[in-house]
Amino acid sequence: MSLAELQSGFIASLRTPSAAAPESLAAPAGMRPNRRFNVYRNNVVVSLIEALRSSFPVVERLVGEEFFKATARAYIDHEPPRSPLMFQYGETFGSFLDAFPPAASVPYLGDVARLEFARLTAYHAQDRAAIALTHLSTLPPEQLGGAEFQLHPSLTLLTSRWPVFSLWAASSEQQSAQDVNLDTGEDVIVIRPEYDVDVRCLPSGGYGFLRALQGGASLGEAAEQATQTTENFNLAHHLEGLFGLGAVCAVELRNSKQ
Amino acid sequence: MDTPAKTSSAVPPRAGVGLKAAHYTPILEQHPDIGWFEIHAENYMGAGGPPHRYLEAIRRDYPLSLHGVGLSIGADKPLDQDHLIRLKRLNERYQPGLFSEHLAWSTHDEFFFNDLLPVPYTQEALARCADHIDQVQETLGRQMLLENPSTYVTFEDSSMSEIEFLRSLSERTGCGLLLDVNNVFVSATNHGYSPEDYLDAFPIERVGEIHLGGHARDQDDAGAPLLIDAHDRAVADPVWMLYARVIGRSGNLPTLIEWDNELPSWQELFAEAQAADAILLQDPPEQQHVAR
Ligand SMILES: [Fe+2]
Repeated sequence: MSLAELQSGFIASLRTPSAAAPESLAAPAGMRPNRRFNVYRNNVVVSLIEALRSSFPVVERLVGEEFFKATARAYIDHEPPRSPLMFQYGETFGSFLDAFPPAASVPYLGDVARLEFARLTAYHAQDRAAIALTHLSTLPPEQLGGAEFQLHPSLTLLTSRWPVFSLWAASSEQQSAQDVNLDTGEDVIVIRPEYDVDVRCLPSGGYGFLRALQGGASLGEAAEQATQTTENFNLAHHLEGLFGLGAVCAVELRNSKQ
Repeated sequence: MDTPAKTSSAVPPRAGVGLKAAHYTPILEQHPDIGWFEIHAENYMGAGGPPHRYLEAIRRDYPLSLHGVGLSIGADKPLDQDHLIRLKRLNERYQPGLFSEHLAWSTHDEFFFNDLLPVPYTQEALARCADHIDQVQETLGRQMLLENPSTYVTFEDSSMSEIEFLRSLSERTGCGLLLDVNNVFVSATNHGYSPEDYLDAFPIERVGEIHLGGHARDQDDAGAPLLIDAHDRAVADPVWMLYARVIGRSGNLPTLIEWDNELPSWQELFAEAQAADAILLQDPPEQQHVAR
């Protein structure tokens, strides 16, 4: 048997829980080594469940250990990792949960998973120094409208029709998420300017404003859009919050970009 | 650019432990008298963040060993070039005194199976592993150490012993070997051979590092004991005995305590390292009875 055939057969058995041990294995004392082979099957699944548990502790708390394990098992089967970097595993866990029928009664679970994955991504993201709000006052005022912001590499924005921040915060502080009023959605910013990952609920209009900046809109364009879609959009207030979080790393003036 | 003052890269022939995030703070605060630390390369392959900041700080004071767990040297398919480049960068950034990987495979098609899967000891697998090791050593520009595995099954097709396989690889590629004494005990128990005979036949002159770890107990299909390489508890007594036997033959070698699951407190892990140091640093044989 070629090495290629042997490894394909090994993986086919590994991925099928009901399958017998592969033909390529020696049979000590004439016995098919099913229990022995199962050690590998078990190691793979258990280690991946552990990886997901450590990446999605709040999802686990929301649904309980048993339900989480069963869900993780289904996800692992559906989408095994494609990289040996375990902290990157689970990027699609949120969308898997959205469409996972047994979790239908917990419709916000996918959004909570996306928030937890954003935290993990922020933790391992590129480091970069932020600039202070006072930097803006050093720029020619007439050019500020055309300024483009470079946001921090660790930053992720999330929008949810559920109160995803409140649900996450209540569960991560070991309180019950049951008291959270599910009527209103929340927008969230996740960022790690220094050692600690910061998760904040965005004020009204903040998500659209930051999305525009992130997409390369100038400060003037982003503020204009936000003013049209958000009542009483207070630009100064939003900028203070943004710089306060360490979210801006550089400001480029358009006419000096060549 | 300023290069922070660094301790020498060389890993001393003393005990070290696997570095865990849970122990960053006690290590930096207590500055324990320990020879070195080993890191799992894959945990430090993010672009930035606290893992690198802590590792930089620890590297300033201690030598490091870089231990890969995801390269899949025993796979039939080509090595993942991106992964190899990530290893090369880590190697350049942290200048570890030792670099090691496993005689195992963990990737197939586009998937990664987070475990060390067994390699058949055939001429074809030997050639493939040798090619992969050549590539690794060429890319990283250094010698690697290859670790003997814990196994639960053997293959019909295997045409040589594990020791012959490892020795041939080492001779063909010039790689060194990492002798995991717990893996020897686990595999010997699982396949019914003598761990002492295995260790006595092992090409000890090629060994650059030793691993010690804890194992769990289960049963195989016939109800015989089946040991699992779990790294979730202290080193077992028979493994300590085998270790002392190896050191008696090889002289002092860098020795790692591997404890990856059900993590102990820093104090408990440090005590395991001190137990290994006590075997490594003990007086020459003729003075032994006098002193104690
Ligand atoms: Fe090991």
